Amino acid sequence: MEFRNPEQEIEGFQRRLTFAGGLVLLSFFLLFARLVWLQVIQHDYYQTRAEDNRISLVPILPNRGLILDRNGIVMARNYSAYTLEITPSRAGDLETAIDGLAQIIDIQQKDRKRFRKLLEESKNFESLPIRTRLSDEEVAKFIAHRYRFPGVDIKARLFRQYPYNESASHLLGYIGRINDRDIGRIEEKDAEPNYRGTEHFGKTGLELKYEFDLHGQTGFEKVEIDAGGRAVRMLSRIPPVTGNNLTLTVDAKLQEVAEQAFGDRRGALVAIEPATGGILALVSMPGYDPNLFVDGIDPQNWDALNNSPDKPMVNRALNGTYPPGSTFKPYMALAALEIGKRTPQQTIFDPGSYTFGGHVFRDDKKGGHGTVDMYKSIVQSCDTYYYMLSNDMGIDNIANFMRKFGFGQRTGVDVEGESEGVLPSQEWKRKHFKKAEQQRWFAGETISIGIGQGYNSYTPIQLAQAIATLANDGVMFRPHIVKFITDTRTGSTIPIETQPLRTIPLKPQNLEVIKQALIGVNKEGTGARAFAGAEYVSAGKTGTAQVYSLKGEKYTEGHVTERLRDHALFIAFAPADHPKIALAVLVENGGFGAQAAAPIARQVLDYYLLGKQPKAAAPADSTELEED
Amino acid sequence: MSMRALWQRLAAPIDPPLMMMAALLLGYALLVVSSASFERVGAQLINMLTALLVMRLAAQVSPQKMMYFALPVFVAGVLLLVAVALFGDVSKGARRWLNLGFMRIQPSEIMKIAMPLMLAWYFQRHETYLRLREYVVAALILLLPVALIAKQPDLGTALLVLAAGFYVIFLAGLSWKVLIGLAVSAVAMAPLVWSMLHDYQRSRILTLLDPEADPLGKGFHIIQSTIAIGSGGILGKGWGQGTQAQLEFIPERHTDFIFAVLSEEFGLIGCTLLLIVYALLIGRGMMIAANAPTLFTRLLAGSITLIFFTYAFVNMGMVSGILPVVGIPLPFISYGGTSLTTLFLGIGILMSIHKHRMLVQK
Repeated sequence: MEFRNPEQEIEGFQRRLTFAGGLVLLSFFLLFARLVWLQVIQHDYYQTRAEDNRISLVPILPNRGLILDRNGIVMARNYSAYTLEITPSRAGDLETAIDGLAQIIDIQQKDRKRFRKLLEESKNFESLPIRTRLSDEEVAKFIAHRYRFPGVDIKARLFRQYPYNESASHLLGYIGRINDRDIGRIEEKDAEPNYRGTEHFGKTGLELKYEFDLHGQTGFEKVEIDAGGRAVRMLSRIPPVTGNNLTLTVDAKLQEVAEQAFGDRRGALVAIEPATGGILALVSMPGYDPNLFVDGIDPQNWDALNNSPDKPMVNRALNGTYPPGSTFKPYMALAALEIGKRTPQQTIFDPGSYTFGGHVFRDDKKGGHGTVDMYKSIVQSCDTYYYMLSNDMGIDNIANFMRKFGFGQRTGVDVEGESEGVLPSQEWKRKHFKKAEQQRWFAGETISIGIGQGYNSYTPIQLAQAIATLANDGVMFRPHIVKFITDTRTGSTIPIETQPLRTIPLKPQNLEVIKQALIGVNKEGTGARAFAGAEYVSAGKTGTAQVYSLKGEKYTEGHVTERLRDHALFIAFAPADHPKIALAVLVENGGFGAQAAAPIARQVLDYYLLGKQPKAAAPADSTELEED
Repeated sequence: MSMRALWQRLAAPIDPPLMMMAALLLGYALLVVSSASFERVGAQLINMLTALLVMRLAAQVSPQKMMYFALPVFVAGVLLLVAVALFGDVSKGARRWLNLGFMRIQPSEIMKIAMPLMLAWYFQRHETYLRLREYVVAALILLLPVALIAKQPDLGTALLVLAAGFYVIFLAGLSWKVLIGLAVSAVAMAPLVWSMLHDYQRSRILTLLDPEADPLGKGFHIIQSTIAIGSGGILGKGWGQGTQAQLEFIPERHTDFIFAVLSEEFGLIGCTLLLIVYALLIGRGMMIAANAPTLFTRLLAGSITLIFFTYAFVNMGMVSGILPVVGIPLPFISYGGTSLTTLFLGIGILMSIHKHRMLVQK
């Protein structure tokens, strides 16, 4: 047995204890170092993170600016309504939740479909409407049952409303829920901070073009939140600023009259105030109801709009391109005068056709117009006169003159989606075609250019801009829809476009010749029937654009199906001596311009100049008209 | 008996330095608990009074009596742990509680004191003949209840009981060779231990390595407590002014994570003060251990003192993000009666050992 040595034992114990004590001190020092690291060296970083935790910026959405017509009539406004919204991430099984909701609130199949569509396009944590515009009774019913539906809530939201429904839909456009393309536009403008919390964005028309004016300034509430995200108290508030109002050059009543004049026909009308370039009416028929899009369109309506053969979503006034037909002739005549290829008195003989390079170009009037001077060529719309004139002028002379009037170029109107159209020239053909043999311009191709056929293809707004410029003696404006933007905070206005684009140098006596001929059209020519008994002097020109090439056959309306019928055109301005309005009308597959398009123009002019309300859609003249 | 005499009798077994440190800590605790959870201050005051009563009672029990209790208390503790494993109540996924009908007890808590008591008694009994065999037996005595507690699972308590027993064995003089050997094999065993851990235990360790990997899930606690500490700075945000604490970003802010509240509101100065008081308390405990007359009292006092340290270090280490999250409260400060009572039982034992050192020598 070993001897125990208590002294030694205690000494050993104390050594161990000292060692442990050393470890204690070392550990505490380590802890202290860690605290110094966190609380002194990294303090600023953690301070910021604590503040980020604590403070949340809650966006307050601004009211969207209003859209008013030139007389202050509201065309797009906001209204507050209750919506029933579901946050999918918190609602559990969606079908069960919606079925449950349907027992207390009227939820139709189309609401479900629309919700599903929104769901596909959205992120899970977004709150999505299942029903909009709840009645007070429905709100009360839901609140009584709210506890049964986690993730479902009633929200008061501002909705966009277009009180004129289908009227001016292509002009106003609509707003819809923000998608990736919209986010791209927002990023382009570096406007992300201002769009925090915003759910809607202009999709087409003025709503898109002036989105950043209409949107307004998003306000913010700085709130202190707890770990559960609940607001504990408000720290500060920056109020939102309502978006700017747009006042249009458009006359909403005139717009309605013009639309009603079309009846159920397809087409476009653009009316411009010649002295300013302000658009008075911009019609594309048929229209659509922009209100359908605001809360997310249901698939049924969407399919109907997209698949309709009438293509209601296409803005024909800006996007559609059509041969101008005989409405091209006054410009041809003016060009001839300006470059000295014709005098007003110079005559040709029209036997009913014109032969060039072995090809026979027919005149619409069987047997021809006989002896024709410039006045008669316009008033009676003689084709042969212009076949010859085209050949004499040559394609590039024509193109160079027409370019000044804006043919074949985007007008720059303040709604997106404008087409360029085609102003044919040698250069255009070289650029447009790929094969070398197609790139050459044939002299024979020039002949039908003179009567507004061939490669000619322009948008209705180009036609309107051209006639407005002619009416305004060559002083040209960029057509525009917005007259001025009103800053809702200061009340100050920013006018849009007061200066003309350019002035086309034209000899006054030449202009006078053309204007007199256009007056003659409505007095004794192709427009005379439509303008019989008018209480003002108007100038006009009919036109018919071929859709279907007849290869020398005589065109008779009854023989071709409706969709292949010619487009009817009419350009006009009035009063002739001091034009207040200039317009271009196009009726798709309307047949002769004099029959289908001129009566529409008459109704629009009657309303604008005299305040006459038409009783019904403009009648299509059924009498066989020889010519055009 | 005069009031004065009564007071003297009441205060007789109390060790003034230990009492002073404990009182400072309790005062600090009231300050922090009232900020973290004001409505719990009353309950905590009652917990404190209970704990002080337990301390006072323990302080007058002589070490000889404690030796009598060591084996029965330990055996009872083990039996209760077995009973827990068989009939215990499950709460939050762990089987820790035993329902005795009139009260619910947590037998693992008893082990925090019963374990060092038992091992100190065992070494005292074999004082004359300490060979490797005795250490092996001691290790078995240690590992049985630790395994039962770890199985519940309650990693925090298992760790503390393991530490308490290990300190006794270490202070009893287990040779350095064996200690180093154990350390090496512990490292070698790590993968095996890893495979035996519960998923949530593994994730706690992984979270420590990279809390930002899952900022709203498992990493949330540690990220938020680190932010609280760091944003406190040197001077702190002031009592009741900690945004992390008051806006409930700190989880379990009145219990296991109370150190984050303290750090946020009182800053580095407040933390350093706490560390100093802990260090003084531990220092006093070590002095008592160093001067203890018998092996039993030396080992018991040393182990209890080091347990205080372990409590404090593991909790502060976990809250400040240098140790994995285990459910250990901040000693003397966290809200709750159970651990406070155990801690003051330990203080009472230390006081008794100190008070009775002369009597034994006589």
